[in-house]
Amino acid sequence: MERYLFLAQRLTAMVLGPLVLIHLGLILYAVEGGLTASKILSRTRGSVGWGAFYGLFVIMAAIHGPIGLRNVLNEWTSLPKTATLIITLGLGLLLLILGARSVVAVVGLGG
Amino acid sequence: MSLDESISHQSLLKVKVWRGKEDGQWMNYEVPARENQTVLDVVSEIQRKLEPGLAYRYACRVGVCGSCAMTVNGKPRWTCRTHVKKVSGTGELTIEPLRNLPRIKDLVCDLAPFIDTWQKAGAPFSGIQTRHQEPAKVDPGSKARKAADAGLQCINCAVCYSACDVVSWDKDYIGPAGLNRAWTLINDARHGKRAETFNKAFGEGGCGSCHSQGNCTRHCPIGLSPSESITGLKKSALFGLPKV
Repeated sequence: MERYLFLAQRLTAMVLGPLVLIHLGLILYAVEGGLTASKILSRTRGSVGWGAFYGLFVIMAAIHGPIGLRNVLNEWTSLPKTATLIITLGLGLLLLILGARSVVAVVGLGG
Repeated sequence: MSLDESISHQSLLKVKVWRGKEDGQWMNYEVPARENQTVLDVVSEIQRKLEPGLAYRYACRVGVCGSCAMTVNGKPRWTCRTHVKKVSGTGELTIEPLRNLPRIKDLVCDLAPFIDTWQKAGAPFSGIQTRHQEPAKVDPGSKARKAADAGLQCINCAVCYSACDVVSWDKDYIGPAGLNRAWTLINDARHGKRAETFNKAFGEGGCGSCHSQGNCTRHCPIGLSPSESITGLKKSALFGLPKV
């Protein structure tokens, strides 16, 4: 399992790298351009592109973060390995649900 | 403590030596500073002339066996290959046992946990052929053979294990020497259990735990690079066993 978690963390990092940069650029663009929340939503609602972009972002983050956190917990706490696995699996699911809710809120369901 | 009056005119080297086990104490000694003097010479001189009960370990005295490894002025070293002048800029030496291993007495530590990591890494060589078969033909120029050759000269001195910070906080971690050994076997066409070794090196406490700090490579007395071997292992995560 360690090998595949190691691999999943690296591969998701490769995907997350450009996604994070685009996301940060987008924040700067929106803030500098003075876009309001309603203006942003009018552009993102029903957009398949933004839906796919942030959908992918959420999935990658929900995989990447918990694997790293599991490593940190294993190294720095005396929690049993099964406990750290369950905690971080739970965190992954939470990230996935919260992220999915955000994507639905920004993009809207069914346009 | 000092030596007898006859050498009092010589310049003296101040040496702090760890005595006892985990709950021991630092003891101060003074030995004559000599033109050519290794740290092992200093330890031997203390044991022979000042402190007959001092426990330490050595065998070959010439950097072949690796048994005299100790922590000198905070760094793990082979004491037989470390000249005092190279490490005692302040004219003082501190000598203690290797880090990350249970202490037995004074400068001697128990190497068993270190040797166990080799087992954990699937390190014993497992031959496939019998003595009646032709020896395997291995191309010395092949990528796999070069990778194996690069890590082969390890003599098990535990200096890298002692230098590694990950070992200090993660007792499940195999450590640099075991993983380096595993990488040499994985790249050895004659090893019968390549897949098993690979899986162990990637298991719990395996190469994924390495933080790539490179202390192993920095301190290896013969200039091997366990970091490079561990990187080789990590790189194989995607495609599995390298071709041999």
